[in-house]
Amino acid sequence: MLAGRNGSGKTTLLRIAGQIVRPTAGKLSFPGSSADSIGNTRPGYVGHSTMVYDELTAEENLLLFARLQKVESPGARAEDLLREVGLYERRASLVRTFSRGMRQRIAIARALIHRPPVLLLDEPATGLDPLGIAWLANSLRDLNRDGCTIVMSLHGESEISSLATRAVRLDAGNVIADTKAGASLHDILTFGAA
Amino acid sequence: MSLLSNTAVLLNKELRTEFRSRELLTTTVVFILVVLILFSFAISPTTEESREFGPGLLWLAILFAASLMLQPCFLREQSNDTLSSLRLAVSDPFSIFLAKLIANTLFLLLTELIMLPFFTIFYNVPVFPEFHWLILVLFLGSLGISVAGTALSAISAQARMRELLLPLLLLPLLTPVLVVSATVTASLFEREPIVKGRGIAFLAVFDIVFLTALWLFGEYLLEE
Repeated sequence: MLAGRNGSGKTTLLRIAGQIVRPTAGKLSFPGSSADSIGNTRPGYVGHSTMVYDELTAEENLLLFARLQKVESPGARAEDLLREVGLYERRASLVRTFSRGMRQRIAIARALIHRPPVLLLDEPATGLDPLGIAWLANSLRDLNRDGCTIVMSLHGESEISSLATRAVRLDAGNVIADTKAGASLHDILTFGAA
Repeated sequence: MSLLSNTAVLLNKELRTEFRSRELLTTTVVFILVVLILFSFAISPTTEESREFGPGLLWLAILFAASLMLQPCFLREQSNDTLSSLRLAVSDPFSIFLAKLIANTLFLLLTELIMLPFFTIFYNVPVFPEFHWLILVLFLGSLGISVAGTALSAISAQARMRELLLPLLLLPLLTPVLVVSATVTASLFEREPIVKGRGIAFLAVFDIVFLTALWLFGEYLLEE
């Protein structure tokens, strides 16, 4: 889990890890991969924007990204994910008609469509109501149990932050605290809070 | 194979979103017709004058329509950061360009096909004697505009003053295509039409050169 004030570099780090932007210095590597990327499989990425098309329906969006990533049985996979994120009933609705929370759910479904081994989430609880946050926490727990590595940025402590097995605090692009170095999760998440 | 299949999927998305919203087609068709009608009433050309000036006006109207059409091409990928999700999803970023430029060419050709009957009526220029050659020139010219325009749209979408930047970059770059297209079109509108093979070859070479450049360097244009 990544923590830090606004502008500390959490989003930049996640976008570099997601291979959306190239690092200006340094090298990106992942455990178990000798190359600069995660082999042939791309990470799933959920950013501040939904990264889906407003003029397509929920189902069309998932089918689009499933087909681009050569997912086997894209229709079935899209249907499964729509059920999982609770949008199956609204699968034929245009995304522009969705609420903020529903848009966040479809954004998460898009990131999961190709069953990524690594999932990068930038403040994924944004726009979710308490029920949505509980759903997200459960989903992330299940994904992690199935072998998916999850890296996410969060503000403060929440149901989701309790899932963290490691937390790192960033400031101006530098690591200033790490649970691996003995800091506590609570200290990292609440650092600098009044 | 991956390039072609991804391009087909993305082209389907481009067509579906456009035909659902009809933002670009409606705007450009209305705009191009207004330009043609205004010129027609302002100049009131005779048939001979139309043969002389008509092709220039025709390609000017196509250029205006194209600059309207190309502006939002990459700009609308920014509102939800969908360009990032596409870049993450495709193995070859050229497929993003290829789908967009095929869609832009199709939209432009559709606009031109709607425009041609009005052009014939208002300018009294017969377009049918060499219609197949005219379609070829329209296709090659539109493809040239779309290839260069799609690349520049990707550049300008990430810049400040983006609304100004695209026409500023586009107009000088497209001058050769527009001049040659208008010249070849004019020769097709003459009383005894001539097919200018060298002009058509120039348009084909322009398209191939820009398409190759886009294939080689397009990836860098999509980077933040």
